[in-house]
Amino acid sequence: MRLYALIVYLFLYIPIGIIVLFSFNSGRHASEFIGFSVKWYGKALKNPFVIEALTTSLIIALSAAFLSSIMGTAAALALQRVRGPIKVLFDGLIYISIMVPGIVIGIATLVALVTVFDIVNPFIESFWATAADAPKLSLGFASVIAAHTLFTMSLVIVIVRARIAGMDRSLIEASADLYASPWGTFRQITLPQLFPAILAGFLLSFTFSFDDFIISFFVAGSNTTLPVYVFSSIRRGITPEVNAIGSMVLAVSLTLLIFAQVLLQRGRKRS
Amino acid sequence: MTGQEKKGRWVTAAMLTPSAIWFLLLLVLPLIVVAVFSFGERAPHGGYSPAFTFEQYANLPSRLKAFQNTLIIAPLGTFLCLLVAYPLAYFLAVKVHEKWRLLLLVLVIVPFWTSLLIRTYAWIFILGGKGLPALFEMIGIDDLRLINTPGAVVIGIVYGYLPLMVFPVFVSLEKLDKKLLEASNDLGGSPFRTFLQITLPLSIPGMATGCMLVFILLMGEFLIPAFLGGGKVFFVGNALVDLFLQSRNWAFGSAVATSLVIIMLVVVTVYMRLMMRASAHRDDVSIL
Repeated sequence: MRLYALIVYLFLYIPIGIIVLFSFNSGRHASEFIGFSVKWYGKALKNPFVIEALTTSLIIALSAAFLSSIMGTAAALALQRVRGPIKVLFDGLIYISIMVPGIVIGIATLVALVTVFDIVNPFIESFWATAADAPKLSLGFASVIAAHTLFTMSLVIVIVRARIAGMDRSLIEASADLYASPWGTFRQITLPQLFPAILAGFLLSFTFSFDDFIISFFVAGSNTTLPVYVFSSIRRGITPEVNAIGSMVLAVSLTLLIFAQVLLQRGRKRS
Repeated sequence: MTGQEKKGRWVTAAMLTPSAIWFLLLLVLPLIVVAVFSFGERAPHGGYSPAFTFEQYANLPSRLKAFQNTLIIAPLGTFLCLLVAYPLAYFLAVKVHEKWRLLLLVLVIVPFWTSLLIRTYAWIFILGGKGLPALFEMIGIDDLRLINTPGAVVIGIVYGYLPLMVFPVFVSLEKLDKKLLEASNDLGGSPFRTFLQITLPLSIPGMATGCMLVFILLMGEFLIPAFLGGGKVFFVGNALVDLFLQSRNWAFGSAVATSLVIIMLVVVTVYMRLMMRASAHRDDVSIL
């Protein structure tokens, strides 16, 4: 049994290890390990396309994480006070947004946004003297952020709701008994208790958005996120530079994940 | 209604509004648009032109191979995931010392949250010409082709989605009342019989959840067949990328996407019904 578990863990981690190992390969060819070197990291970080894609990914992931933490927390708090058809409707929408595959979300967002833009753009143009000067809505940062936030917001709602369910109610009641205003109770009692869950939701949202390929592939327009860049470079051929980028991406998500896990576990223990 | 309550209602509504708008504009509306487009026609230069025709649906058999591959490999991959995940989940829930349980569980889940793109890419490396086949050549097995085969896609699937299967199975096994196992043991049941008659049936809900999660994600999979199937083993997801981003046939693409969602809904509904019946049946047995 132990041996079996060991084999499964090796199966899970050896491929990741190989990518990291080969990112330190000094040779020009990806598949033969010649010697240890960090030159591919230097090369990747000097590549303007990589830097641009990385910046795009960071902006998108940060925005999606902020938006979904705020809207998700608000919705989770409000949903505990709602009953009946509205609650059923929201539960259904949360469930669907988590379950519908990313590829369908990507396609549907692409098709819907392009259609909306085709209707709205001539309308905007009519307000400008010359059509060429008019601002044009098009796919880009905003559409990726919006599409990622759909999934990550639902994720935050699920995480924060779980935390609310495990929260110590007596403190809230005590606060109300002591004549605290609802807002005061929220700020001083509820929010501090929920904070680890909200932060964990933020980190998981960031990780999801930063790692997502398929949704960005459809709705990023002319912008390129890091996973989209990596995908097209892999299509051109495997290089040690891709391994270096991949290792950095893994390092970012691993760090955030461990942090998120610690927060979630601490919250669970306290309740 | 007091003033305070009234105010509370407004606050609740205000807190739900942003997410409601998001769901409406980025989930409900887009899905409706896709459904509407699936009855349209391809515009001359790609994209969509309004029409009402069933032509796109009549044309579905031209992508039959993608549907076949998906509907054969996705359930197979799900089943193999379960086979690999179950013993590990059992080990984590029943055998492992409590001190290590959490750490080991986190170690299983963590890979799922890292980039599937990079993790799948690792397997191009391993299964490609200079990876495993080169190793096998050293021990005398020549011309082993691994990459761009259905087998490679299945390995990629098990690797990518194993964490998602382990977690729900683990949860159902951990909740299992250990007294039942002791009782069975005391009554002379062999470990194997205890497992077959108590542990396995009681972990059905976890297995069902895990299988459903993995299966649904696999139905929309694009990356794994794109990287490890090399154009020979392709899923509906690959057909969709081709239709929307290369040939820009939005009407037909929408019909394919709508069919995929409908197939998913049907499979999930039937599956849930079966599971509910199975668990209801089990309750009868446990009462007896």
